[in-house]
Amino acid sequence: MSRKVLIDKVNIEGIRFYDEYRKNGGYASVEKAFKMSPADVVEEVKKSGLRGRGGAGFPTGMKWSFLAKPEGVPRYLVCNADESEPGTFKDRYLMEFLPHLLIEGLIVSSYALGSGRTYIYIRGEYAWIVDILEKAIAEAKSNNWLGKNILGTGFDCEIYVQRGAGAYICGEETALLESLEGKRGNPRIKPPFPAVKGLWDCPTVVNNVETLAAIVPIINMGGEEYAKIGIGKSTGTKLLSACGNINKPGVYEIDMTISVEEFIYGDEYCGGIANGKKLKACIPGGSSVPILPANLLLKTAKGETRMMTYESLADGGFATGSMMGSGGFIVLDEDQCVVRHTLTLARFYRHESCGQCSPCREGTGWMEKILQNIEYGKGKLTDIDLLWDIQRRIEGNTICPLGDAAAWPVAAAIRHFRDEFEWHVLNPDESQRRNYGLAHYADPLQTVTA
Amino acid sequence: MADEKKIFKVTIDNITIEVEAGTSILQAARSIGGDVVPPAMCYYSKLQGSGGKCRTCLVEVTAGSTADPRPMPKLVASCRTNVMEGMVVKSITSERVIDARNGVVEFLLINHPLDCPICDQAGECHLQDLSYEHGKEGTRYEFQRRTFEKHDLGPYIQLHMTRCILCYRCVFVADQLTEKREHGVLDRGDHSEIATYIEKALHNDFIGNVIDVCPVGALTDRTFRFKNRVWFLKPMDAHRDCPKCSGKVTLWNRGDEVYRVTARKNQWGEVEEWICNDCRFQKKKTSDWIIEGPTVVSRHSVISQGHYVGTVNPKEFLPAVMGGRNPRLLMDIHTVSEVNDPEIQLSKIEGPATSDVFGEEEKQE
Repeated sequence: MSRKVLIDKVNIEGIRFYDEYRKNGGYASVEKAFKMSPADVVEEVKKSGLRGRGGAGFPTGMKWSFLAKPEGVPRYLVCNADESEPGTFKDRYLMEFLPHLLIEGLIVSSYALGSGRTYIYIRGEYAWIVDILEKAIAEAKSNNWLGKNILGTGFDCEIYVQRGAGAYICGEETALLESLEGKRGNPRIKPPFPAVKGLWDCPTVVNNVETLAAIVPIINMGGEEYAKIGIGKSTGTKLLSACGNINKPGVYEIDMTISVEEFIYGDEYCGGIANGKKLKACIPGGSSVPILPANLLLKTAKGETRMMTYESLADGGFATGSMMGSGGFIVLDEDQCVVRHTLTLARFYRHESCGQCSPCREGTGWMEKILQNIEYGKGKLTDIDLLWDIQRRIEGNTICPLGDAAAWPVAAAIRHFRDEFEWHVLNPDESQRRNYGLAHYADPLQTVTA
Repeated sequence: MADEKKIFKVTIDNITIEVEAGTSILQAARSIGGDVVPPAMCYYSKLQGSGGKCRTCLVEVTAGSTADPRPMPKLVASCRTNVMEGMVVKSITSERVIDARNGVVEFLLINHPLDCPICDQAGECHLQDLSYEHGKEGTRYEFQRRTFEKHDLGPYIQLHMTRCILCYRCVFVADQLTEKREHGVLDRGDHSEIATYIEKALHNDFIGNVIDVCPVGALTDRTFRFKNRVWFLKPMDAHRDCPKCSGKVTLWNRGDEVYRVTARKNQWGEVEEWICNDCRFQKKKTSDWIIEGPTVVSRHSVISQGHYVGTVNPKEFLPAVMGGRNPRLLMDIHTVSEVNDPEIQLSKIEGPATSDVFGEEEKQE
């Protein structure tokens, strides 16, 4: 049984509300943290080895210590709840069922960073969660966990919820800040980084919902204790939102010690591929990370078992590996067509590109059109090379990571499933009749019987 | 001493120069001049916050600074990256940069209409220059291009979004030169457009400057549109006593007639001093201006071709010469080329004369 520290209490009736949450040890971390100095809280987070759960996996403690602290300038903490990555829905789950966990994490983090005004920038589509969060904030405030002079320490903190307006790009931290300031959500050019010049030109830390929620167990159990969970630099637990052709889609909390194979086939987790089909491919970390075929997903290129950790999933670089990303675990069975799948993603990125810098604005649209042609039997063999060339010229040449996010799925699909693209081009009629693609990627490995 | 600016040594394409701290790589390269200067479609030194968007000015930084000589992993936008002491930059000496630049040019051109012959900006278009330098002769884009309706933004400015490359310069002009910006970017991605919401005219004494900053033919002067080609005009520096602006302009004349008035531009195509709408659109008589002399135009610019010296206008119009006949073709191609079939009456062919037409005729025979 995997250790749970975030959503362990989610099944308690009424945990969504303050009284029940408090009865079950809620807000203990605030009491504990307020007895420490803010620098000690940051130190504790550093010791925990917590890495950003939003996708990039940057060490949170390090990010916090980069925060500039000029005299007389306010500092801000912004919670990035603009969870829009296809396949990722862990933050929604956390906010919907454990809103006070996030509020608690925010209070501790605000204290550590000295943020008197903390914002939750939430995805516009999560309309009902805004109500849940605002109710939770009101409850916390009426119980003096927020407002002026919290717990008599003289620390003032307010939390505001700001709704986005439905743009994926506003999940990029600088675009989020622009949007929060009331401007068009275009990513800013870095440097300066938000830690120096963020919200309203003041030092700002932007963290993912799960990252901030994980502060609570870190303070409660101590950073060193938290670091004992997991393997190597992948410490603690990670929420994974599993979806696709699996028996039990949903949000799972794993301590990062299990293998990918166990996660897919274990009864405790995804419960195997639905309808007795075989595993064909998987995107292990949200739509923008490279897709991996079954053989490379379960074992690395070196033949080691691939684990659900930051390092192991990235093993082999992009040639034979992928990324932990935001934890959106999308599983494709043998019946799924990789071309169609890639087209869907390309369409998404084309729709969501902010249009600020030219490679992403023009390249994403171009890739979608070419993929559309291949998918609908009008493609040419040269189109595949062209796609490769386009993605290569988008990647790394854009202002923000959306360009990379749009390029990687296309690159990985061509890298691992080039014959399927070719099959589509060479068999246009058949590819229209049965859109299964090729099935011989089905896993060659025995399944685990847990 | 405290006021003295720090001087940084920076090497661009093996040329080492000294520039003040806080200079961007692009500006440092411009102080060297020549081929090492990265092209810039969106950056405008006089507009704060501009740059970083078009990605044509990408350069490779092979050593960040003396203190931290690690290379930067990604190509960086030279217009928005400041130099550091001991920085080593590769512009045209880097294959990666050239490849990325070619890629950006291709991206910029896939949705840009390639109809320079009928575009008012031709001859002074930065995208045209860029694609001559870095573009390919053919396109790999096989789809319909993005098009928009033309919009008149008031009596003086026309917006044709089809040509726009979304450099945001006009947005920055309105932000920084006028009190209230009335246009901006609507939508996102490849369907985003510059627009006034919904149909508004741009009213401001300085809004005419958006025409000058537009690198392509998206924003054009309605008082000049299609009146003439820029290379037929002779630019002349002139000034007047203007209560609103410096009054220092370039007049674009043909004969004695002033066709248009623009601000003076430097060698990077950037306006030297902003001018007001009165100077730009109202004062179109030579007598309004004190002429200083011809504008120095780069010898390689197409505009410098427009110095027609000693040309003589024909005394009578062409039909008079041709005995009353108004010719459809100025040259009788039958006499020039053996390739064309003299049997076929070109004027009777529907549509353009392509090889198919000639082929069909042969089959019938």
